[in-house]
Amino acid sequence: MNNLRGVYTIWYRDMLRFWHDKMRMVGSVTFPLLFLFVFGSGLSARMGFLGPGIDFTQFMFPGIIGMTVLMSSFMAGVSVVWDREFGFLKEVLVAPISRASVAVGKTLGAATVALLQGIIILLFAPLIGVSLSVWTVLMLLPLMFLLSASMGSLGILLATRIRSMEAFQAVMQMLMFPMVFLSGVFFPLQGLPAWMNILVKINPATYGIAPIRQVMLGTLPDSPFAINLLGHTMSLWDNVTVLAAFGTIMILLAMWSFSSQE
Amino acid sequence: MTDYVVRVENLVKRFGGLVAVDGISFSVARGEIFGLLGPNGAGKTTTINMLCTLTKPTSGRAIIAGFDVVREQSQVRQSIGLVFQDPSLDERLSGLQNLRFHGLVYNLPASVREPRIKEVLTMVELWDRRNSQVRTYSGGMKRRLELARGLLHCPKVLFLDEPTLGLDPQTRNRIWEYILELRQREDTTIFLTTHYMDESENADRIAIIDHGKLVAMDTPEGLKKLVGKDIISVKTDDDNRAADEIRSRYRIETRRDSDGLTFEVASGEEFLPTFIKEFGTKILSVSLRRPSLDDVFLKLTGREIRQEEVSNAFKAMVRQHGRRTRR
Repeated sequence: MNNLRGVYTIWYRDMLRFWHDKMRMVGSVTFPLLFLFVFGSGLSARMGFLGPGIDFTQFMFPGIIGMTVLMSSFMAGVSVVWDREFGFLKEVLVAPISRASVAVGKTLGAATVALLQGIIILLFAPLIGVSLSVWTVLMLLPLMFLLSASMGSLGILLATRIRSMEAFQAVMQMLMFPMVFLSGVFFPLQGLPAWMNILVKINPATYGIAPIRQVMLGTLPDSPFAINLLGHTMSLWDNVTVLAAFGTIMILLAMWSFSSQE
Repeated sequence: MTDYVVRVENLVKRFGGLVAVDGISFSVARGEIFGLLGPNGAGKTTTINMLCTLTKPTSGRAIIAGFDVVREQSQVRQSIGLVFQDPSLDERLSGLQNLRFHGLVYNLPASVREPRIKEVLTMVELWDRRNSQVRTYSGGMKRRLELARGLLHCPKVLFLDEPTLGLDPQTRNRIWEYILELRQREDTTIFLTTHYMDESENADRIAIIDHGKLVAMDTPEGLKKLVGKDIISVKTDDDNRAADEIRSRYRIETRRDSDGLTFEVASGEEFLPTFIKEFGTKILSVSLRRPSLDDVFLKLTGREIRQEEVSNAFKAMVRQHGRRTRR
């Protein structure tokens, strides 16, 4: 009960801060939308169809949604570094709530904000020519949430160990952009050079982007966008399992790391 | 038997090879204002951090409101309020939202929380500004808000770590008015650290800490009795000769400082007139005062607390400068 209250309070504060900072919402969806419309429009005509009736913009669209929630939730870790720098973290650390619940609350806060941003991008589906049924959307939301909670935990985990804002930003650039570029957001993951194929397969984000695309563009197992891992074609549930396993490890590490800091 | 709210036994904290707190023991009674006094780096903040569960002691024991700071962290945290040396507010939220957050975290039901928020905010005169974002507050207002927050959950002990550091004298006085008012109104025990001597006069008891060890603990009056005598400062046109003369004539050793010579005599009022009449060296100025806590500190540690502070600040500046040029 005590722990639930801690999780809720930390999450609630993130929501309050987010509400105070509505410009952040506009800023954070601008970048993905630029990618979607500028790259998409620029390259679609030249690239033709990447799958049955699917042009480049439509192919990218689920990837861009994944990228939006991934980047937003990952970067939310910066708020922990920020709180440390401005002293507020101390107020949280001496409070009679467990540190583990603080980590969970932070992760849920990051995931909620990321999910909202993902939903904003999702609203552009009709402009891209992607049709979404209610059922598809209901499938997509938990997938987006799982991806953002996993990446949010990773961001929080890093933030508990990194003391300066500059270092955190540097680590983020070193981790986040490779994760985004090597996850199949921008191109199909078949026929890649061997070195790249390895990096793509060990990248946890790959297993977050793939199921979103599978649900949005059709879940056929022989789809040209399916991922082949060690000779096995990954189904929707295979991908979700890998991502969930990664997310579970990350949240446990984040909880442990938060508890063990002084 | 006295009801002790804070009991510390042989508390030690080592950081690697450095011993920050070196086996201190003391008790604080309920309703007492207890001051931990010492220069920067003496171990004050480390001690507070151990008492409020932020840092684990290397050895020794501390009991707050009946709970062990290592084994019963959560209960200790619920029983204490804190005002840190550095601000710890969420500047993007309003004053009211900061207090609501605190109330939620400390599990105050809304029926208790809301009236209590109004009460503490009114006390520190911030009720009218409750809806402004904290970043628009002045330094003094932020400190007052933190004081209100520390009190919100009616803690048994309120820890104040340098509560008036960096505030102007007028604001410092206001903060002290609140602290004294608080003691009257709410039976709270107050544990504070400071390196302002004049402030620690407000405490019921003072412990002086230096290099991680307690060197004295008593009431301000009791501590001053350690010095005992009246203090005379004299400025002459030749301090060396004057020091020799005082030594040979009165058998009193003098201390040299930036303002001239200082020495102690049993009763200054009677001593001064004859001293001025008889003295062979030309006197530029002379003053007589009762012992202050500064003198106590000087006597116990051989240093002036403020000198220490200046030289530390200077060292920090040099360090920082060095770092910058290297970059």
